[in-house]
Amino acid sequence: MNTRRYFVSKLLQALLTLAFVLAFNFFLFRGIGDPVTQLLRESRGDLSRSAALELERELGLDLPLPQQFVHYVGQTLQGHLGVSTFYATPVRTVIAQRVWATVLLVGLSTIASTILGIWIGIAQGWRRGSRFDQGMLGFTLFTYSMPEFWFGLLMIMAFSVGVGPFPAIFPTGGYSSTFPVYHGFAHVTDVLNHMLLPFFVLTVSYLGEYSLIMRSSLLETLGEDFIVTARAKGLRDTAVRRKHAVPNALLPTMTVTILSFGFVISGAITIETIFNWNGLGLLSFTAIGNRDFPVLQGLFLLFSASVIVANLVADLLYSYLDPRVRAA
Amino acid sequence: MSLLEVRDLYVTYHTQSGPVPAVRGVDLSLDRGEVLGLAGESGCGKSTIAGALLRLLPSDTVVTGSVRLGEEDVLDMKAGRLRAIRWTEASIVFQGAMHALNPVQRIGDQIAEPIVLHGQADEREAVVRAGALLEQVGLPARRAKDYPHELSGGQRQRVMIAMALACSPSLIIADEPTTALDVMVQAQVLRLLKELQDELGLAMIFITHDLSVLVEVCDRLSIMYAGRIVEEGPSEAVFKTPAHPYTRALGAAFPEIGDTQFRKAPSGLPGDPPYPGDLPSGCTFHPRCPDAFDRCPEIDPSLYDVSPGRRAACLLVEGALARSAEPVRPASGEGEP
Amino acid sequence: MGMKPPPLSTERDEGAAVTLVEHGPPPAEPKEIARIRRREARQRVWRQYRKNKMGMAGLIILVFFVLVAIFAPFVANTCGLDPTCPSTGPQLAGPSLHYPFWFGTDDLGRPVLTLTVHGARISLLVGLVSTIITVVLGTVIGLVAGYYGGWRETILMRITDWFLVIPFLPLAIVLAALLGASLFSIIFVIGVTSWPSTARIIRAQVLSLKTRSYVERARALGASDWHLVTRHILPNVGPLVFANTVLIVAVAILSESTLSFLGLGDPLHTSWGTILDNAFGAGAPFAGDWWWVLPPGLAIVLVVLAFTMVGYALDDILNPKLRAR
Repeated sequence: MNTRRYFVSKLLQALLTLAFVLAFNFFLFRGIGDPVTQLLRESRGDLSRSAALELERELGLDLPLPQQFVHYVGQTLQGHLGVSTFYATPVRTVIAQRVWATVLLVGLSTIASTILGIWIGIAQGWRRGSRFDQGMLGFTLFTYSMPEFWFGLLMIMAFSVGVGPFPAIFPTGGYSSTFPVYHGFAHVTDVLNHMLLPFFVLTVSYLGEYSLIMRSSLLETLGEDFIVTARAKGLRDTAVRRKHAVPNALLPTMTVTILSFGFVISGAITIETIFNWNGLGLLSFTAIGNRDFPVLQGLFLLFSASVIVANLVADLLYSYLDPRVRAA
Repeated sequence: MSLLEVRDLYVTYHTQSGPVPAVRGVDLSLDRGEVLGLAGESGCGKSTIAGALLRLLPSDTVVTGSVRLGEEDVLDMKAGRLRAIRWTEASIVFQGAMHALNPVQRIGDQIAEPIVLHGQADEREAVVRAGALLEQVGLPARRAKDYPHELSGGQRQRVMIAMALACSPSLIIADEPTTALDVMVQAQVLRLLKELQDELGLAMIFITHDLSVLVEVCDRLSIMYAGRIVEEGPSEAVFKTPAHPYTRALGAAFPEIGDTQFRKAPSGLPGDPPYPGDLPSGCTFHPRCPDAFDRCPEIDPSLYDVSPGRRAACLLVEGALARSAEPVRPASGEGEP
Repeated sequence: MGMKPPPLSTERDEGAAVTLVEHGPPPAEPKEIARIRRREARQRVWRQYRKNKMGMAGLIILVFFVLVAIFAPFVANTCGLDPTCPSTGPQLAGPSLHYPFWFGTDDLGRPVLTLTVHGARISLLVGLVSTIITVVLGTVIGLVAGYYGGWRETILMRITDWFLVIPFLPLAIVLAALLGASLFSIIFVIGVTSWPSTARIIRAQVLSLKTRSYVERARALGASDWHLVTRHILPNVGPLVFANTVLIVAVAILSESTLSFLGLGDPLHTSWGTILDNAFGAGAPFAGDWWWVLPPGLAIVLVVLAFTMVGYALDDILNPKLRAR
């Protein structure tokens, strides 16, 4: 069946890309310098030469490079991502402790900005040139030009600190309250309370782009001949839009939206940092300061893999929804 | 009373470079079961007329005149009434059926859609009817679950025809239904249209630039040039003894179906059709006319009687010059009330 | 279908652009003709551009900031960047009407106005230089892939796709950590990570140009690859590259501000991003010192907005796909 062949070919391509990322990751961090050299540098003479050699042998760094690479791939595939030099715990654990916070924040805001963006974009495309459309275009232009972390800082000042006429109604950061500590349902609401401001910042920062994409897709679709056919059949404008224009316009929009997942990750890093949200973004930031390269390497792999998976999902979703692609 | 009566139709598009008159005062009439052919080169306004009849043109287009379908004027109808008569009284078979069908909807559903919309049947019944319509145009009913891209050009055209028949209209406007097709398929589709028209007693307006095709299918012909009708009459007479030099050129170009050489433009005519926003003075055809003489750039001819039931807009028609003592009509005519 | 207004004219072959305007005795040399045509094309574009309100607004803003950047030492005394300079004011003071304290001061007493004005220099410099790298890299790759096709295209496009998969910020962070925090490394990092989208656009354009009749004619006449690329393809890809470049500068400036904010910027040079990094590090947002946070960010927004508006206006005018409307 065509669908199966399509799925398999896309999966293979994704795996190939993943292989490239693995190789890239490995050589990139080797370029920074192996951990022992780094330790030597930082220990300033505390580490004896023989101890360093011993460490090297332990970590397998005395082996030829290709062998090291194979070892690295093997380890990675088994889920061993090394040991954090800062936390002295396996990278896997360090990441696992913070994954949920990021998934919660980034996941919810992505869903929100996608749905809102698409909804607004459809409304814009249908009322092209109206004041609503133009106003929204201006808003999109503005949010696109604004660094999301700056917007976050402004929001903190307005609603967490309460500068000027703004009320201070939100906590200034963190995942949940450290004192008092809440449990059960109160804990959930506490987390949501802490999440609201960063969620708002992320959603607003990206929904403009999505609305723009949906809008142009809809405008392009409205110029197609089958729209005239639909009107000629006697359908109301709203029905033409709902049954003919939007389903066709939605296809390219969805793929582009999913493909912009990479940017969402970038936004998450800065936003988690300023809101002290203990997720993978904040981890990335602190890892730079701590020069914790194993963690950075693991995170880098995870981020790239997520983008690859997102792309694969986009491809498959598109093929499922567009009958023309399935037949190709 | 005639089924369709178009009087004084003016259609002006609004473009970035100003208003463009695509149709400049056209009269048409059609009786039940009659087939009218509308011929001319690209850009002469014939497809615009197809759109104007059911008010499908862009909303900023200015359409004036009257389009009487049955007892009502389409141009005066309220939106609700207009939507009701679309497809049920008159439907359109579009050209280039690749893009005229929704790519992500099964063709059976697309055919059934207007049936359900106009309340002629419930969903299940409509699906059955769609299958029957497909059979009527020569396609197996099981193709109803296919998507447009799974069909060949000729098959898609048949689907368009089946779809146009869905609500049993009394008038079908066929806008270049055979243009994008191969020669052999063209003949098949034409035959199909003729058969259906005979069987169902449909009135048809057949729009094309291929004159030879029209002679086979149509009772009467109207030849268009630069937004106006320049000749009209019974199809055989117009084809065999054309009164207008343009018709002559068109006819000479299409001795019969299948002559691919002369498909796109009349042979031996210099230049291109005029751009509607920039028309020549007097008779708009005079720059390309092999029979033009000194009065042609001065006087804009109206349709003069050649014989009973035949008219042509040419100063060479007997007695035309005498009747054309009127002042020259402006080249871009906005609608007259 | 014929239910649309007729096209303005049949598609015009870009290679044979406009009709010749009389310029004294007609020049015989083809190079002359080409040069005149290009000049007329540029004038045409400018005339059209002037009518675009969004584009003109963006251009005015850009000119303003560029002038501020160039004349920074005159606009706001450089001395103000040094905390030991006598002209500095009280620490963390809010805005006042006394120049140069319109925007208040930072935690070292330096006027935020001075910081912002000088920040323009670095932010714009990094944006422009890294964009040059991006565009050159992207254009060359896109050209080679589109023009030669075959295995070259396959490999180059595969690499491009792979690069697109890697999320920008993590890669930039890692590279910056590798190269250390300096002006050069920031420029390098941004330049080297942004080329994929340019390469894609250029390649698509080259592919469509390759099949145009005048290219095939020239090849039939025996033109070499080099000649075809430099004389026929590049000039027609040029306008698109230009519009694309402007949009890339916008993204580059945003990227620089993000990297600097995360502490990867050059500590010796003030950019808008580093100002915000210092502000955040000093706890300004949490203390409510909004005058330190607002101006640099607003400057970023205005400049990026300006570049984006100019880029969209240019794209509207120069993009062959959009022009067909």
